[in-house]
Amino acid sequence: MKDLVGIKEISRQEIEEILNTARAFKEVLTRDIKKVPTLRGKTAINLFFEPSTRTRTSFELAEKRLSLDVLNFSVSTSSVVKGETLYDTLKTIESYNVDYIVIRHSASGAAKFVADNTPACVINAGDGTNEHPTQALLDAFSIVEVKGKLDGLKIAIVGDIIHSRVARSNLYLLSKFDTEITFVGPPTLLPSDVPSNVSISYDLKKGIKDADVVMLLRIQLERQKGAFIPSLKEYFHVWGLKGDAFSYLKKDAIVMHPGPMNRGVEISSEIADSPRSIILRQVTNGIATRMAVIYLLTRREV
Amino acid sequence: MKIIIHNAWVVDPFTDKEGVASITVEEGIITKIQWGKKEKGEKKHKKNSSNILEINAHGLYIFPGLIDMHAHLREPGFEHKETIRTGTKAAISGGFTTICCMANTNPVNDNPEVTYYILAKAREEGCCDVYPIGAITKGLKGEELSEMAMLREAGCVAFSDDGMPVTNSLIMKRALEYSKAIGSPIISHCEDLALSEGGVMNEGKMSFLLGLKGIPREAEEVMVARDILLSKYTKAPIHIAHVSTKGAIELIKRAKEENLPVTAETCPHYFTLTEKAVDGYKTDAKVNPPLRTEEDMEAIKEALKEDILDVIATDHAPHHEGEKKVPFQEAANGISGLETALSLSLKLVKDGILNLRQLIEKLTVNPAKILKISKKGLKENSEADFIIVDLGYKWKVNKKDFASLGKNTPFDGWNLEGKVLYTFKGKKFFDMSGEKN
Repeated sequence: MKDLVGIKEISRQEIEEILNTARAFKEVLTRDIKKVPTLRGKTAINLFFEPSTRTRTSFELAEKRLSLDVLNFSVSTSSVVKGETLYDTLKTIESYNVDYIVIRHSASGAAKFVADNTPACVINAGDGTNEHPTQALLDAFSIVEVKGKLDGLKIAIVGDIIHSRVARSNLYLLSKFDTEITFVGPPTLLPSDVPSNVSISYDLKKGIKDADVVMLLRIQLERQKGAFIPSLKEYFHVWGLKGDAFSYLKKDAIVMHPGPMNRGVEISSEIADSPRSIILRQVTNGIATRMAVIYLLTRREV
Repeated sequence: MKIIIHNAWVVDPFTDKEGVASITVEEGIITKIQWGKKEKGEKKHKKNSSNILEINAHGLYIFPGLIDMHAHLREPGFEHKETIRTGTKAAISGGFTTICCMANTNPVNDNPEVTYYILAKAREEGCCDVYPIGAITKGLKGEELSEMAMLREAGCVAFSDDGMPVTNSLIMKRALEYSKAIGSPIISHCEDLALSEGGVMNEGKMSFLLGLKGIPREAEEVMVARDILLSKYTKAPIHIAHVSTKGAIELIKRAKEENLPVTAETCPHYFTLTEKAVDGYKTDAKVNPPLRTEEDMEAIKEALKEDILDVIATDHAPHHEGEKKVPFQEAANGISGLETALSLSLKLVKDGILNLRQLIEKLTVNPAKILKISKKGLKENSEADFIIVDLGYKWKVNKKDFASLGKNTPFDGWNLEGKVLYTFKGKKFFDMSGEKN
């Protein structure tokens, strides 16, 4: 595999290989010396066209743990609009002779565009509303850690599905396993046409009460302006996951969130800080998972 | 030079004639049409010493030169995408001898000077007839009407703010009313900009899977409904451009049943492709209105058959390579269509959806009527304006061979059937029979 552009493009077997490799790296991260010399002498560049702290930090740490030399190239989209095209930026970076390009971009398909135009290994760190594959992989890794498996699970994804690359990557990943998925949220934020293994619920309680895993998505304030929701307050009132959910959730159901979470919008503190929440575990697992992805990619020879 | 074409099958909706004929062209004029089969030697064609070219067209077809009522020639202002010279060359190689160019040039064709410029360029460098389409509003801004009467006098045959639809319904109503005095139709690109805002492909399952913002079908249909109502109340003709949805067809069908002055066109990509062509972020399949679903495509074919759709136009929209070699949402909209339109349309005949006569009507006499362009068809003592087509000719699309500067086609590498071998346009004679594929 040269690139990780999306979960759409990879097989169940490849996903399992990444998860198994991540398990080995997680063990490394518990050691006193957390660095392995595996990729010493190689270079990674984190090419971020959208502001991001968490994902970039997680990738940077993963790269450093693998002994890669790391460059950070942050470009605000506006300066790109003024001048250089993505193609030209890519060719410039290629001239540095880098081995790995981690890209985040506001355009869906941007990671594929980059992957198609460079011999370097490309990892999608989020492209528009298309995919965020390493997030789905670390989510899967975290679920398997707690539940021991993915097959047979019921997963509810709650929130702004249509604008979420996290939701899409999770949908594609979970669909490669024997899972039942429910999208929960206001009709304005859910797709109208869904694959057959997905059901839709506008009712939070009905949508999550049988779930083994409840994934929450971040709600952005600008959704109010686009008339998707009347207010964040109303969203929390109807679809926010609050303490009362303990009364109807399955006993062993877990709650996840890709971060950064908005307390009082999609989740209450009661839930976020409860033992049901594996949100911080997700953050820890992000590093091992990203190490595994980088480690398993191989550059195209030119 | 004298050219004699022997034993071609002529289909001419202008004169309402069809059959085997031999046609003689001298100095750009049809001097003789002899109906009925003539015995002739085996030779494919020969050039006599006396400067007479004879073409044995047995098994070939003659149609009047095709008319494309919806093209973008990009000149003036965007000569890196296309010029009048290259665009008309593309027209000729696709069998079009008359093309109408949209007003979204720079400067916009909203005043007679631009119209004169386009026509002068077309006379100097063009290979075929060019009829400009003027802007409905100054600067395509949707605010004030452009000087339609003067544009008409300068040579514009219709008015359209194509691509920049007139959102203000009152302005559209005034434009329709005013156009009645001018005698040229308004062509409407139907798109509710609020509903389509930010969209880059058809809205549906596919757009969700690609993470691309969709353009719902309602964005088109809401405006088709509006424009039909405005046409009804103003009693002014309206022509609906590039119809892409089943819902729009239902609205147009109802309007026609009410005998409203409504006509409509579609383009080859809407009856050939669906949104699936976009998969993999193929920017060459990015077009506005977007490619829709199987259901819409079938409805369009049916509507062509039932003559709810009167015209097949190309919406030839050439772009520079760099404008398509970007992430999908940043890519320009449009397909370079002149050189594939006829072959793609002939597939409708092969598939039994249209008969040949019906297809040729949609590519010749129907647009001529809507635009009131006087064309005589194949008649003795009139200008030679026709094409010779081999319906069975198999060829493979190679965008690098396009005469158009716009290589943006989703049909690159497709195997098509039917090709123009010769185009006659007045004294100009184009021989494309030797081109290899």
